[in-house]
Amino acid sequence: MQQSADFHIRVEEALANAQLKASLRSAMDGLMASRKACFPDADALEKLRLRGAQIRANSLSKLPQLLEQLEQRCSENGIHVHWAETVDAANEIVLGIMQAHQAELLIKGKSMVSEEMELNQFLESHGIECLESDLGEYILQLAGEPPSHIVAPAIHKTRQDIAQLFNEKFPDIPYSDDVDTLTRSARGILRKKFYAAGVGLSGVNFAVAESGTLCLVENEGNGRMCTTVPPVHIAVTGIEKVVEKMAHIPPLLKLLTRSATGQHITTYFNMISSPRKPGEKDGPKEVHLILLDNGRSRIYEDSELVNTLRCIRCGACMNHCPIYTRIGGHAYGTTIPGPIGSILEPQKAGSDDLGELPVASTLCGACAEVCPVRIPIPKLLNRLRYERNRSDPDGTTQGQGSGRSFTEATLWQGWSWLHRNPRLYRLATTLATRMRKILPMSLGPWTQVRKAPRIAAKTLHEQARQEGFSDQ
Amino acid sequence: MTSSSKQAILQRLRRKQPSFDTPSQPIDIEHPTWPMETRITQFKSMLESVRAEVHVVDSKHWTDSLKTLLADKQIDNLLYGKQGPLSKEIETAWGDTLLPKLVCDERPVDEWKEEIFFHTDAVVTSSRAAIAETGSLVLWPDEFEPRTWSLVPPVHFVVVDSNKLYNNFAEVVEAEQWAQQMPTNALLISGPSKSADIQQTLAYGVHGPVELIVLLRQHETNS
Repeated sequence: MQQSADFHIRVEEALANAQLKASLRSAMDGLMASRKACFPDADALEKLRLRGAQIRANSLSKLPQLLEQLEQRCSENGIHVHWAETVDAANEIVLGIMQAHQAELLIKGKSMVSEEMELNQFLESHGIECLESDLGEYILQLAGEPPSHIVAPAIHKTRQDIAQLFNEKFPDIPYSDDVDTLTRSARGILRKKFYAAGVGLSGVNFAVAESGTLCLVENEGNGRMCTTVPPVHIAVTGIEKVVEKMAHIPPLLKLLTRSATGQHITTYFNMISSPRKPGEKDGPKEVHLILLDNGRSRIYEDSELVNTLRCIRCGACMNHCPIYTRIGGHAYGTTIPGPIGSILEPQKAGSDDLGELPVASTLCGACAEVCPVRIPIPKLLNRLRYERNRSDPDGTTQGQGSGRSFTEATLWQGWSWLHRNPRLYRLATTLATRMRKILPMSLGPWTQVRKAPRIAAKTLHEQARQEGFSDQ
Repeated sequence: MTSSSKQAILQRLRRKQPSFDTPSQPIDIEHPTWPMETRITQFKSMLESVRAEVHVVDSKHWTDSLKTLLADKQIDNLLYGKQGPLSKEIETAWGDTLLPKLVCDERPVDEWKEEIFFHTDAVVTSSRAAIAETGSLVLWPDEFEPRTWSLVPPVHFVVVDSNKLYNNFAEVVEAEQWAQQMPTNALLISGPSKSADIQQTLAYGVHGPVELIVLLRQHETNS
């Protein structure tokens, strides 16, 4: 459980770290510029975003049917489908598969759902080694850190940080901070692991219900390695990732890669529909698909918050967020950071736990403007602020009303009452202007970093009258 | 366990049918319809922008170009599919040429994994189709040209026919009716393996091929 105080401490630390701020700023500027260059025609982009939103909304509106269809098609194709209500259940399923094959090494492609499951820690506690094979994730595993961005996990690290880390962990390899040399070292180390691993694990970008196809987007080839070389492949996904038709994939793929990193397409787009068939010479003999709920079906029940589940995890909202750019992903303390994380994570963990995250936003609207599937993120941030402060128990969010403060609520009720009574309003503003010198200078958190506002000597009404405005 | 979880999840999802404010009629997306010449130019420039090589070659003499490229790159051995679609032409062109040595192995890859992982210099495979808009190759690996081939050796030569060069991905999925016949593994490959995970600096050859060389066999066509 995350306390609000911990969040504040992490934010303070991030803001005080000049190097982190500089790395983030330049990385986010780069990502924003590449995305923009990839969508030169504004009208075409708007049409495509509308199409993307429509496809995701269509999938969600038929979610239970599509999940059943996906299971049926996958099973017909020979893929084992598992359902998990919680991360504990999903972890147990992975462990069971590992044990059934007496596998000691799990090699992983990039998967945010496996981060959500904290799978590495779980398997390691059962004596199974987990190895991240995405270059960024591998670097973070060496450093013992979680990812700070969903697409570019090691974005907070400099080339020199990484060179230092490689030198500590592999003293036999000569020190170098050259990016190509570092990449080549990682290739050599991990290649032996792909060769040896008993089981490979991947996430899923899209699961196609009509054909039972699991789609994976990547640049490095590690995702293909994990899903091709080991004799067993496990794919983990949230239940919301299903789409109805194969024809829905091209527009979503186009939106995903361009919004994420400004690439027209990634190096590999890998579509897996079955394990190795008789006569085929390679590929895993067993493929498992784990469908994880972990709070998603609860989010699904709210007619507004269900839009959170449209997300295709491109990360554009964080790349364009003025808060994310200043504090980075670690400060959020959640699996998914940034604007989408601030609406998704409090719904999963409860407003009593992560309810402060939706407040860490300026509501500038950049996230909604760039979202490839048009999730109204600022509206949902506001909604979650309301959920945290609501006075009735009628919402669907866990921990609703937990942030409600009696003093604050009373103050606002007073404010509202004052504004509905012209006489009282005039009296109050006149009093405030006359007593302005004796009003308190310390106003809680507001004055920690700012001066208290000085009330004017005359009310606006008085000043307007002086200027000759009539009452109407 | 998992079947009761399934029922519980589906039951929760069925409690309420969500509605969305998105338009119900499909939004019409305009697709490019380029003449062949433009498609080739686009295909080539997209692939070259990610450091792949594209050689537009004559459909009858493509093996000459392949041999020249292999010699230039000083490649010692080349893996090919003995029963694959390129086999006859490659074997005829090689005759008694010694270098680079032609290698083929029809056993399951597990049985010669070390060979392909650590001792194979280059591979040549066919490609089912190609996509101009994004500079992508469409591969459906099979028993003659398995999945590992286009992934593990450091240099990958791909042969593709210009009459299979589509405008974009949506067109391929529709024209070839993918939904009804998805293979074990379908792939789009759009360059050599790459990463920008270290300080946003692009590096090539992370886990997959370091070099991707495309031979686009040009056919006479009016489309």
